[in-house]
Amino acid sequence: MEQKYKTAPLRCWNKAKDIRMNIYQEIAEAKEKGKLLIGGGAESLIAIPSGFEHAMLVGEPYGAAIAYVYRENPELYMQIVEAAEHAGYPRDLCAYMRDYLGSLLLNKYIFGGPFPHLDFCLQAGFCDTHSKWYQIVSEIEKIPYFSLDLVPFDWEIAGESEKTKQLKRDYIVSQIHEAIEWMEKTSGRTFDDEKFIQGVMNECDSTSVWAKICIANRAIPAPLDEKTILSLYVLAVIGRPRQDVADFYKECLAEVEERVANEIAACPYETARIITDSQPPWFALDFFRLFESYGVVSVGAHYSFALSGGWEYDPVEKTWNAARTPRERGIEIKTRDDAAKVLADWWLSTGTVCRGVRHSGAGKIQRIMDMVDKWHVDGVVLHLNRGCEGTSMGQMEIMQALQKRGTPVMTFEGNHADPREYDEQRTFARIQSFMETMDLKQIYEFKKEK
Amino acid sequence: MISIGYDLGAAYSKVVVLKDEKVIGKGIAKTTLEPMESVIEARKAALENAKIDEGQVERVGVTGSGRNLIVKSDVSATDVTADAAGVNHINKEIKTVIDVGGEEARAVKVSEDGKAINSAVNDKCAAGAGAFCEAMARAMQVSIGEFAEYSLKSTQRIAINAQCAIFAESEVVSLVAEETPRQDICRAVHDGISERLTSMAKRIGIEGKVGLIGGAALNKGLVESIKDDLGTEVTVLPDPQYVSALGVALMAANA
Repeated sequence: MEQKYKTAPLRCWNKAKDIRMNIYQEIAEAKEKGKLLIGGGAESLIAIPSGFEHAMLVGEPYGAAIAYVYRENPELYMQIVEAAEHAGYPRDLCAYMRDYLGSLLLNKYIFGGPFPHLDFCLQAGFCDTHSKWYQIVSEIEKIPYFSLDLVPFDWEIAGESEKTKQLKRDYIVSQIHEAIEWMEKTSGRTFDDEKFIQGVMNECDSTSVWAKICIANRAIPAPLDEKTILSLYVLAVIGRPRQDVADFYKECLAEVEERVANEIAACPYETARIITDSQPPWFALDFFRLFESYGVVSVGAHYSFALSGGWEYDPVEKTWNAARTPRERGIEIKTRDDAAKVLADWWLSTGTVCRGVRHSGAGKIQRIMDMVDKWHVDGVVLHLNRGCEGTSMGQMEIMQALQKRGTPVMTFEGNHADPREYDEQRTFARIQSFMETMDLKQIYEFKKEK
Repeated sequence: MISIGYDLGAAYSKVVVLKDEKVIGKGIAKTTLEPMESVIEARKAALENAKIDEGQVERVGVTGSGRNLIVKSDVSATDVTADAAGVNHINKEIKTVIDVGGEEARAVKVSEDGKAINSAVNDKCAAGAGAFCEAMARAMQVSIGEFAEYSLKSTQRIAINAQCAIFAESEVVSLVAEETPRQDICRAVHDGISERLTSMAKRIGIEGKVGLIGGAALNKGLVESIKDDLGTEVTVLPDPQYVSALGVALMAANA
């Protein structure tokens, strides 16, 4: 079959890889360079410690990196996961947490050397497992732990009152102030408000621009495929308050828009489009390539769009757009309190992953439907992810709603960070069936990447 | 036009030979650790049954989890697509198919022209598949035929609560120890499997007549449980274990 669209490698690809590796290197070297080293999850308002010279080991992407180790060094992966299980953390717990704890207990940092010794943990309780995760880390490492109690806004269609929204804002702002004072006291270091303000502005910039990148992927042909998206979104997960990350996304957006203008495709044979839900099995991303052999490009997921994206709801159009940054809204951030208020509001108003975890049901269904419409999606693939209860909440409701409107849906059972719970052959067979039910023919022979 | 269809499943290899879309031969062999031997045996039986030589076969279709064993074919399709094609050829009124294989069960929605338009497959659990029935029959120390007959004689409903085949087996052993009537235990096993199968079918939405295929469709006890669960008539297609092979043979003939 003749190639339908031209393709080209993403120019900023290597830069993304370098930034990611630099961050993990900075974590390894933080202590010798006199920086604080902090542990916490991706949603733990990672901009809060920006007022310190610090590095932050963000738990979930580190867990994903361990899961990826399975591809290259399955023996090491098994040592890690068995270390957690032998310590009493069984398979039904969060797979990211088990991978992380195994690495800590084995004292093996998968980017080389021993597990970096943290100064303290800062974590948000938006997900029950995450709160417990860092309690365990602090007990093992004998380090202090500060937990923020976060209650996300409900989905927009739920019509949450302004009064409860304001209470939630105030509640988080007060905890941010408390966390800063606690960190100063715990570390004996002085918090720099200017750096904090910059970190918050970078967080807003990074996530807003990431949403614009996702929106650019509505174009046909799609300039990015999901496997690439997953390599780009992670920078916001591990370092969205950083200047280099905020700058990178601006550069990336310019390149993606250029690809759209020139019809440069991610998939040269694009004939149909899918989206997925929940984290993918990180050790087995080849399944995206199997789809592509049928001319099917996965254009994104609520997970990757929302975890790294700042989204603003338009009540008239009933859709989500890239959130306008404080700068774009003319909001000046001059003080620590200003920054705390902006950060709290940004997290509550523009992050939709946490809403999916805490307030599932109709809101997430609307979000997925909106994605199906706006991204011109022909089918939806739901990863029934047994490793993350939060992101897989409500998936059966989503499936039923999609089927009701006539959108083909495929499910497969797996685990984003534990290959022992993923049956690749069976998943491939299911994908092939799904392609046949969508009346799609394989264009070229699929070969698994080595 | 003579075509041959292979359905190479986890439990059995099934082969159907067609001449001008009419079945002229069938063969079946248990899948072993040497799966190619099973394929050869089933093919030999089908060709002998059809009274033709292999050289007379013009088209080849393959389906089933072991379909990659046949390197050269005109059509290679998944079970879902083959099921739809086979069922539509036999009975065009059937729009929802439940296929209970040895290790896998699936529900398929069939279009007017015999294409699969939606499907659901059991996840990583044998509790809704034929192998589960066989394991429970072993636990009860009866043949699968006797197991089905006992089930039909059941007078009271009991529930097996375990969600997995391994735990269900322990539960069956406990029920035996409690001297629960054998026929009621057999019925409970079938009800448990049926519950999983029918919920899978409901996931894709039941439309039109419901057809039952796959080797487990020969189990009358299971069929009875499925009928009760669905509250509707269920048609067991003739030679239900061969329907997938028939479907892919038809697809090959029309390729």
